[in-house]
Amino acid sequence: MKRQELLVAALENGTVIDHIPSNKLFEVVNLLHLEEMKTSITVGYNLRSKKMGHKSIIKIAGKFFSDDEINQLAVVSPNVTLSVIRDYEVVEKKEVVLPDELRGIVKCANPKCITNNEPMKTLFHVISGEKAMLRCHYCNKEISLEHVKLI
Amino acid sequence: MENRSLVTIADLSKEKIMYLLRMAGEFEKYPNRKLLEGKVVATLFFEPSTRTRLSFETAANRLGARVIGFTDPKVTSSTKGETLKDTIMMVSNYADLIVMRHYLEGAARYASEVSPVPVINAGDGANQHPSQTMLDIYSIYKTQGKLEDLQIYMVGDLKYGRTVHSLLMAMRHFNPTFHFIAPEELKMPNVYKEYCAVNHIKYVEHTDFTADTIADADILYMTRVQKERFTDLMEYERVKDLYLLKLPMLKKAKENMRILHPLPRVNEIEYAIDDDPHAYYFEQAHNGLFARQALICDVLGLTLDDVMNDQTIIE
Repeated sequence: MKRQELLVAALENGTVIDHIPSNKLFEVVNLLHLEEMKTSITVGYNLRSKKMGHKSIIKIAGKFFSDDEINQLAVVSPNVTLSVIRDYEVVEKKEVVLPDELRGIVKCANPKCITNNEPMKTLFHVISGEKAMLRCHYCNKEISLEHVKLI
Repeated sequence: MENRSLVTIADLSKEKIMYLLRMAGEFEKYPNRKLLEGKVVATLFFEPSTRTRLSFETAANRLGARVIGFTDPKVTSSTKGETLKDTIMMVSNYADLIVMRHYLEGAARYASEVSPVPVINAGDGANQHPSQTMLDIYSIYKTQGKLEDLQIYMVGDLKYGRTVHSLLMAMRHFNPTFHFIAPEELKMPNVYKEYCAVNHIKYVEHTDFTADTIADADILYMTRVQKERFTDLMEYERVKDLYLLKLPMLKKAKENMRILHPLPRVNEIEYAIDDDPHAYYFEQAHNGLFARQALICDVLGLTLDDVMNDQTIIE
């Protein structure tokens, strides 16, 4: 692992998002609105990983996320890990937890749903079970988490 | 302010359903009153539905309310691109209550969230139609004298039939046994069978529809098998006459059995049955008036006590 860490610059203060499946990298970037940030961000794409084969990693300087922001990531990649870095040290490790509700993140798959026809935010309730499902608050249609489309 | 809107029957507890049935019973005794004098009810029908609209408007008129609204969205600003929210906000300036039918699913929930006045869902796409369910339950209660432990047979289009889905969910409080009789293409969807499993509702599936199959029924809930629902028209031709109710099929029926149908009927109930004592579909539609009077009063904040002690009854 040491050698791999050298592939991207060390972080003084900020957040490291690790173990992102490479095909989900850009969805993570979009979800966290990283394109709007002014601080320096290092993105590692298709890095070698013992656990995953290939993975991606994002290092964001000077930014600490709220739990709500982080938990949105569960929609696209539930197994990412987050490290909070202060003064080059990892001071906290976090895992993402799928929240009970998802507001304004996921698109309803039902073309006849009001949310696809009116300028409004979507709202989904998470139904936990063997396979996590989302139920649209408005039209009640259920979609599995694997098939969600982001807004 | 508490949002008193009615969007789905699934929101109602057993106690609330029984309470609304008692209120509907009071309106059946005395349907003509001035209880809502001075109130304005708006009926917004973004999708035509003459039957439901007339029933709601009659309910409001017989209670002394005035009714405004539209029956055809072509005449409204929604064709100019106005959002549903803007229409609702505009109408809520004028009316004390909005009764809305919309072709989009979830429209009623959204309207109830943005509207400062209560909203009654008069049908939102294939999603929910709670006033129909309320009148179905009222009809079952009236004809059977109870809601508990009934054998309820649902026949026809169980896949797209919104009324059978809502009825199934509303009856979960009352220990029913459901019997689903439908062609393969229009079977009860798995999501509702899972709903039955989770809520410990007993159900049996049948594909044949004979005097013997329905001999134990307390309620026979007929629906229309619609040609446009079929992807395979050969299949439609094969099954279309299998789910028709004919007079001889009633020879083994229990005396208390009643036939319900949300109407309109095409040919799925033979006309000869209309005069049979088991037929109940026209009375069922009449019950819609009382059920809707109860729903309108409830969302406007009137209680069962208000209705029972009403001094405005027109004898």
